[in-house]
Amino acid sequence: MSSFANPAGPRPGDVAGTLRLLAYLALSVVLIVLDHRGGWLAQARATAGVVVQPLWQLAGLPSRLGQTMREDAATRATLAEDNRRLRNELLVMGARQARLQVEADENARLRGLLGAAGRGRLDVQLAPILDIDLDPARQRLLLNAGASEGVRQGQSVIDAGGLLGQIIAVTPGTATVLLLTDLDHAVPVSVSRSGVRLVAYGIGRSDRLELRNIPVSSDVVVGDVVVTSGLGGRFPPGFPVGTILELRPDDSHAFLVGALEPAAQLDRGRDVLLLREQPRTPLRPAPAATGNADAVDAGAPVPPASAPPDDTQPAAPPAGAADGQPPAPQPQGRTP
Amino acid sequence: MNRRGRMWLLPVSVLIALLLGLLPLPQPVQGLRPYWLALVVAYWVIEEPERVGLGFAFLVGVLADLVSGALLGEQALRLVVMAFILQRFRAQLRFFPLAQQALAIGGLLLNDRVVAAAIHLLLGLPQLPWPYWLAPLVGMLLWAPLFLLFDAFRQGRRSR
Repeated sequence: MSSFANPAGPRPGDVAGTLRLLAYLALSVVLIVLDHRGGWLAQARATAGVVVQPLWQLAGLPSRLGQTMREDAATRATLAEDNRRLRNELLVMGARQARLQVEADENARLRGLLGAAGRGRLDVQLAPILDIDLDPARQRLLLNAGASEGVRQGQSVIDAGGLLGQIIAVTPGTATVLLLTDLDHAVPVSVSRSGVRLVAYGIGRSDRLELRNIPVSSDVVVGDVVVTSGLGGRFPPGFPVGTILELRPDDSHAFLVGALEPAAQLDRGRDVLLLREQPRTPLRPAPAATGNADAVDAGAPVPPASAPPDDTQPAAPPAGAADGQPPAPQPQGRTP
Repeated sequence: MNRRGRMWLLPVSVLIALLLGLLPLPQPVQGLRPYWLALVVAYWVIEEPERVGLGFAFLVGVLADLVSGALLGEQALRLVVMAFILQRFRAQLRFFPLAQQALAIGGLLLNDRVVAAAIHLLLGLPQLPWPYWLAPLVGMLLWAPLFLLFDAFRQGRRSR
């Protein structure tokens, strides 16, 4: 701790104080530059993450307690009502799932005819969001699950609506999610209607994403749904990213810029799903064109994959992806 | 000057200020969140100049950056700037009536927002929405109660 006892008025101590100020300012600037430019401090952050983790847990406590109290105070009638509604939703979802199953089988058959690679299966893990406010200038979330629950860096994070982001840092009990909307984030996407491939960038606002460099001639219209393309291999293909709200020419008038509304509902204090992609099945030669579906190892839904034994989170049924995976992933993804 | 080593309040107040900075607020009022940590650091710089100075402000700032997941060094820089200005005007500040002190603190908090905006501008980071410029006002209103509360904890022995 620096000490700075002083009587009032000009004094030799002024010079020392100013020097001290300059030293600390220089130190801060060095930290800022290293963190902003180099990303060298990621390791330091990860280490410090263990230290500040108790603080995060403590800050998230009131919200968790409130939720528990609300749940405990819920009346029987409310619970019964909720139960009925959820049962109905489950019925509807089951029916949809059955229809998707048919589509998936057909998709697998057609892929077999084309000789395309089967997709890796997906299995997911629930993780609660820790309800605390991080720096508002950055689009980040903190999950109340970490390395001890099997969370790994680089995992994709989704919710019922679509893609939320990816895990960028893991401590034993928490994990940091970089949201799609963060300035540092870019995700390769394709327009689900026409298959046009683009990149969606975060612009630091929670309700907008941006598509840049859309060729004027490309088949993209307002209202199109944009999904992950799977290029780059960081995100699995076929998860909704957003809906195109508007298209306008950029400054050069050679390309269009699109504004996207994110598909995922960013509502804190809920749960999100972490994707754990299972190793992709090795490529097989295309079977003879007999229309025999079971000859192909495709991404048809399978019974719920059981989570590893050390895993405390329930494993949900695997989410089926809905789009082809390009055979050769190119290294690409986040901007530095 | 309280010389009886009641320093337990220092780490406790910093810890509580950090927690208050993390507590979830509803979206509409998020911008109004006062900069608790700045208020706490300001209090200690004014009241305990021998123990609390620029180094303290810097360390607390780095800790706050780590906790809030912000750019490492940003809050450290802001708090150091604030502590320095406070040290310069400490002699006058101590003899201000509380209302006038609160005004000065409000000015410092506003200056802090300007510094933060400048850092974001230089690095090309997004600027915070306009409600965040109202936070210094909230901090200013909180100064007097906070000051009195701390003094009550420290036995109210202020040599005025």
